[in-house]
Amino acid sequence: MSNDFVRRLPGGSFSQSRYSWLSRKFHIDVIILALLVTICSYGLVVLYSAVGRESGPIVSQLFKLGVASLVMITMAQIPPVFYLRAAPWLYLLGIALLIMVLFFGYEVNGSARWLRIPGVINFQPSEIMKLVVPMILAWYFHERHMPPKAKHLFWAAIMIALPVVLIGVQPDLGTGLLICAAGLLVILLAGVPWRYVFSVMALAVMAAPALWFVMRDYQRQRVLMLFNPESDPLGSGWNIIQSKTAIGSGGLFGKGLFQGTQSHLDFLPESQTDFIIAVLAEELGLIGVLALLALYILLAARGVVMAVEAQDTFGRLLSGSIVFTFFVYVFVNIGMVSGILPVVGVPLPLVSFGGTSILTLFAGFGILMSIHSHRRITL
Amino acid sequence: MAEPLALKDHSRESQIFSDRIVVGCVLLALLTLILIARMFYLQIIQHDVYTTLSDRNRIQLQPVAPIRGLIYDRHGELIADNVPSYSLTITKERVVDLEETLAALATIVDVSADDIKAFRRRLARRQRPFEPVPLLFRLTPEEIAKISVDRHAIPGVDVEARLVRHYPLSALMAHAVGSVRRINENDLQNIDVRAYSGTNHLGKVGVERFYEDQLLGKVGNQQVEINARGRIMNVIDATPSVPGADLILHVDAGLQRVASAALGAQRGAIVAIEPSTGGILALVSNPSYDPNLFVAGIDHASYAALRDSIDVPLFNRAIQGQYEPGSTIKPFIGLAGLVTGVITPDYVIDDPGAYQLPNNSRLYRDWNWKIDGRGGHGLVNLQKAIYRSCNVFFYQLAVKLGIDRVYDHLSPFGFGINTAVDLPEARSGLLPSREWKKRARGEVWFPGDTVNIGIGQGDILVTPLQLATAVAILANRGKVVSPRMLKSSSQLMPDSKEQLLPDIDQIAAAYWDLIIESMRMVVHRGDQEWGENGTAWAYIGRDISYQMAGKSGTAQIVEIAQGELYDADELEERQRKNAWFVAFAPLEKPTIALAVMVENGGGGSEFAAPIARKVLDYYLRDYESASELEMRAELVSKSVQQPSLR
Repeated sequence: MSNDFVRRLPGGSFSQSRYSWLSRKFHIDVIILALLVTICSYGLVVLYSAVGRESGPIVSQLFKLGVASLVMITMAQIPPVFYLRAAPWLYLLGIALLIMVLFFGYEVNGSARWLRIPGVINFQPSEIMKLVVPMILAWYFHERHMPPKAKHLFWAAIMIALPVVLIGVQPDLGTGLLICAAGLLVILLAGVPWRYVFSVMALAVMAAPALWFVMRDYQRQRVLMLFNPESDPLGSGWNIIQSKTAIGSGGLFGKGLFQGTQSHLDFLPESQTDFIIAVLAEELGLIGVLALLALYILLAARGVVMAVEAQDTFGRLLSGSIVFTFFVYVFVNIGMVSGILPVVGVPLPLVSFGGTSILTLFAGFGILMSIHSHRRITL
Repeated sequence: MAEPLALKDHSRESQIFSDRIVVGCVLLALLTLILIARMFYLQIIQHDVYTTLSDRNRIQLQPVAPIRGLIYDRHGELIADNVPSYSLTITKERVVDLEETLAALATIVDVSADDIKAFRRRLARRQRPFEPVPLLFRLTPEEIAKISVDRHAIPGVDVEARLVRHYPLSALMAHAVGSVRRINENDLQNIDVRAYSGTNHLGKVGVERFYEDQLLGKVGNQQVEINARGRIMNVIDATPSVPGADLILHVDAGLQRVASAALGAQRGAIVAIEPSTGGILALVSNPSYDPNLFVAGIDHASYAALRDSIDVPLFNRAIQGQYEPGSTIKPFIGLAGLVTGVITPDYVIDDPGAYQLPNNSRLYRDWNWKIDGRGGHGLVNLQKAIYRSCNVFFYQLAVKLGIDRVYDHLSPFGFGINTAVDLPEARSGLLPSREWKKRARGEVWFPGDTVNIGIGQGDILVTPLQLATAVAILANRGKVVSPRMLKSSSQLMPDSKEQLLPDIDQIAAAYWDLIIESMRMVVHRGDQEWGENGTAWAYIGRDISYQMAGKSGTAQIVEIAQGELYDADELEERQRKNAWFVAFAPLEKPTIALAVMVENGGGGSEFAAPIARKVLDYYLRDYESASELEMRAELVSKSVQQPSLR
């Protein structure tokens, strides 16, 4: 439908139309796609080292990336208006699934996060909420004036709090906080007055001690370990000591690809999943880390451009939230592995082994592409 | 609110959004800077610190235990070697549930509460995750088999091997060679912990103790790259360990067997010495114990049983046991009499059967008082006093000599002095003197004290080793030797203790001849009329193919352990006199000198002499082929120097 309109526009140069061809015909953003391919390739090399140069996990990861790409492309084809209309229903569905988890959740390592239909599918409803929460908030603010009023902010806060609390009691505080961050980013982008922002921040600081009392023992342990991992070097401090050692011993240029001793001699825990940045830092050094960060920044920058070019409130807010949330994941993961944040289970986007995180991220980028490529006016 | 009236102001909303995006980008830049700063701090500023940590993680300096030196007898028979010992270890990180694992193991092998307690202590002390911690030591082959069958069902359980000391001859050599034992808390304060980092054992008794530094060897090191599970991935650098010195002892395992068998179940000791060197050919103390028990770490009950046994098997009678020598002292007293001129070879007394000091009513009786109705030996010169073992002759000789001269002429033979070169537990016995009595008892010396010394009783005490050494010096006609275990070694030994005593060279050959001839007569003078045969002739002298010199002794026991622990029959048996026999042979060129002591054995000639005879018979069995034995020994000592033997 929009294609017809675009084709009649005069003055479109050949190169522009060639560049836009993928975008117009398949709603794919070439820059995002190129950056994703680059980061994932880089990640696969690091992963190949982390798994001890075995091809099995790489094939598996490639398959997951393939599936995730299909999902991304599919989601890019769906016009944004569909997401706008579906948002409340998706939100209600998500909440229902989270409640089901409370009753029928499949327990792994002491917390029930999974819904499981044996032989058919295992999935974490909390993962869906990473996209659905910003979607419902964007939907909510789309109908309302900006900057939002206190009343609207209140309801928005409820919309965030409901899934966050449901996820927090699983317990999965890390995911809960990340979803909270995604929702708050929408509110921030919606133009919430700064005085509210600072008031909430002040409140949060004051409430932090109270948070200590609702935390579980293992969560407290993780916070304590952040400040003094040496107090239990063989137990809960082991992970962070070993990851810092891996990163620090890498130096500027690293020990060389496949030469990391911390990871290959199994000192580094979770080296294929959450702690994979330590493998990269050990083997490729600060240079390797900066290269990855640069790629992430480029990806985020392109996302910001796309968000700015979005034409309605829903599109802007959702795009902006997806982009910034993506970078929050990056920051939280690297921050925890390098010992400036407590250990929460956040994989390194696009690099860590595992399908769930990749799927959510690619779906997010699919939505981003959809919003950008379905614009009614092209300039 | 007048919401329906308000229209959406698109440009304003777009402006707000753009502003917020800018703020977001600033935040994003800030977070990126924080990450870069953090990485810069870890990877550049703290790089050296973490490189060290990383190396300390992966590179471990592991001690490489040296192989403890082997110990051979003079003919190359292995006395102490090293064998693999298997222990059961648990790696906590690989265990699903520690309590369940321990319970499961208890159903397969015996695990005591003490084992588990010790295991938990060791577990708390370990250095890194995935370090296997031993639960049981010295598994039997059956236990290993049982564990192997079930091991797949119990993750984290392994069987590990390491070399430990083993004594193939078990109890036979326990008192001769000593043993290594587990290093305990006390030992840790006295040893260089680094030198022992590869081993759990330390030579604590006997030769193993004396030559500990040489036997131990030098611990080596290897720098290895390990993974977090403690598995060695790569050896980076290695300093090999230096094996300990192999020792060849003078001891003759065959002779030791014969001596031990001759003693049988009787409590007692036998020490045989090579007169030319002082080398100890046999050193038996009965009863003995299995030294291998101590290597593995003996359990409390077994140790208590050994320690508290009335037969004191842990006590080395041959070198620690101090006994009255009885009549075996007489040749030495007689020699003193000749040397000092107190008596001449022709000096004769008429033995009435008892001796009385002037102005003293106490009667010192001769040993045949009860046997011989008449009592006494009649006319007795020194020669007869020795071969008939006449007490009265030596009572009056000792009194005539006086304690000072007895002391002066007995101490050159090593009485009252510990001259043992490499037997750290040897004791010095007691040769009494005026000073000693004043010091020990605060009393002056009475002539009555001297009377009993003349027949080897009273305050005089000797160890079987001392007596054998004195007999060897006698056989050497004054050439003094110090008793020693070590014959040769694969490595250079530090200078051993220098000889304490000078040779005895002021004694006329005729006196030596007389004493030795008298001792020959103890065994060989026979077929005479009643009361004229050598005391031991009837028991060992009738059918002997070689010439030997000997002397019997029958001594009061020193002290009896009194207590409710022992029943009356046993006590009575333990009140009996100790039987002694000393001898050397062959007469013309002595190759062996020995002392036999049978605790509570009774008469020396009757009970100790036959044992001595068996030992001598074995040693001199092929007197002619002795040179062949020497050659064999030489071959052994040569081959020992080559590492191929280990």
